[in-house]
Amino acid sequence: MNANPVNTKTVNNHAAQQPQTPSSHMIAVLTGIAMLSGFLVVLTAQVTEPMIAENQRVAIEAAIQQVIPGAVDNKKYRLSDGQLLLVQKGSKDPLIYAGYNANGELLGIAAEAGAQGYAGMVNLLYGYDPDCQCIRGFKVLKMAETPGLGDKIISDSNFQANFPVDATVDSDSGKLANAITTVKNGSKKNSWEIDAISGATVTSRAVGKALNQSAQAILPDLLPFIERIKYKEAEQ
Amino acid sequence: MSRPRDNTITMETFTEGLWKENPVFVMLLGMCPVLAVTNSAINALAMGLATMFVLLASSIMVSMFSRYIPKQVRIATYIVIIATFVTIVDYVIQAISLDLYNALGAFIQLIVANCMILGRAEAYASKYKPLKAIVNGLGMGLGFTLALLSLGVVREILGAGSLFGISLFGDQFQPWVVMVLPAGGFLVLGTWLLLFDWIKQRQIVLETGGKETHAR
Repeated sequence: MNANPVNTKTVNNHAAQQPQTPSSHMIAVLTGIAMLSGFLVVLTAQVTEPMIAENQRVAIEAAIQQVIPGAVDNKKYRLSDGQLLLVQKGSKDPLIYAGYNANGELLGIAAEAGAQGYAGMVNLLYGYDPDCQCIRGFKVLKMAETPGLGDKIISDSNFQANFPVDATVDSDSGKLANAITTVKNGSKKNSWEIDAISGATVTSRAVGKALNQSAQAILPDLLPFIERIKYKEAEQ
Repeated sequence: MSRPRDNTITMETFTEGLWKENPVFVMLLGMCPVLAVTNSAINALAMGLATMFVLLASSIMVSMFSRYIPKQVRIATYIVIIATFVTIVDYVIQAISLDLYNALGAFIQLIVANCMILGRAEAYASKYKPLKAIVNGLGMGLGFTLALLSLGVVREILGAGSLFGISLFGDQFQPWVVMVLPAGGFLVLGTWLLLFDWIKQRQIVLETGGKETHAR
């Protein structure tokens, strides 16, 4: 036991204290550590919050510009009980983005959609063009699909050539005239069908399903309001 | 039972994490991030740096407070300390780049469960003074980052034909998709381990003049 004295003391302390460390001591240490850790986490959250919000805003802005080509400005709306409401700045879950060009004219609508893919949710933003009543394209916001297979939905030019996809609303039934469906590779016949990528069928189906679900839910309710949001300045 | 604990800092304190006790190639610790997020060099680098930060910060705290922490609750305390710094890293990466955050996914939060960090806190930081723990943690963190990077670089070059996102071979190159899939992680890790062991064997052979070639 030629250990250095400091160390020997600690070891002896441990040995002697082990049966008798009072619970109050343990609770005090754990409480102290928990408070310190809470303080550090809150501090970091406070400091980084505006940066994270800014990053998310930039990301969504870039995505909107991609699915509504030419859009330089946008407004956020949400549908609630058949009413279209302007979302105030800073409000949570904006559902519908109206993209405007430099003259303040409506170019298209962007909305978020999501469906279960091969590895977790495939979340995307799609652009709807009210003039042709079709979906112009989509941008993946978040997914974890297999690289080289599932992630071809972004890069595969044949898959991107599926768009525009027809999304005409049948005003009688209040649904899409033709549900958007994903079909086997090479068998696309109608403009509302999406030709799957061979080898990435599950992911292709997720895209079709996400678009269909979201379009069915949003577009029939949204269409009566299109005239109201046609120009950026018209809506209060 | 108690080995003398020398708080003097030598070159060895720093370098053992890089080579002799490399957390990935020698101790085989923290295999989950090693295999999961090394599909590109930038992911590997970010993961390595994040882990290094958590390792360093938690080493400092553990080393400073270990005297006051009762033995019975030490693991719980270490985990709370580690989880704190993981949460901080989580926020900071979100603030730096959302793309990176999405690419690393759940593996940032899973740094908490990286056995290398708890292992270093328990086996090293709690026994030495903060300065020595910092130097050793820096070496260990660097060793971990380099190991991740050596996997990430190989996997990205073979699996995507690029390095840090810059295309290397032009359009003719057909990427080996298997390399960016989980199987590629195992293949590349296995190859690196073989290489490391071969180098070590050679060192032994050179030192002993070839007498113990078949000793192992």
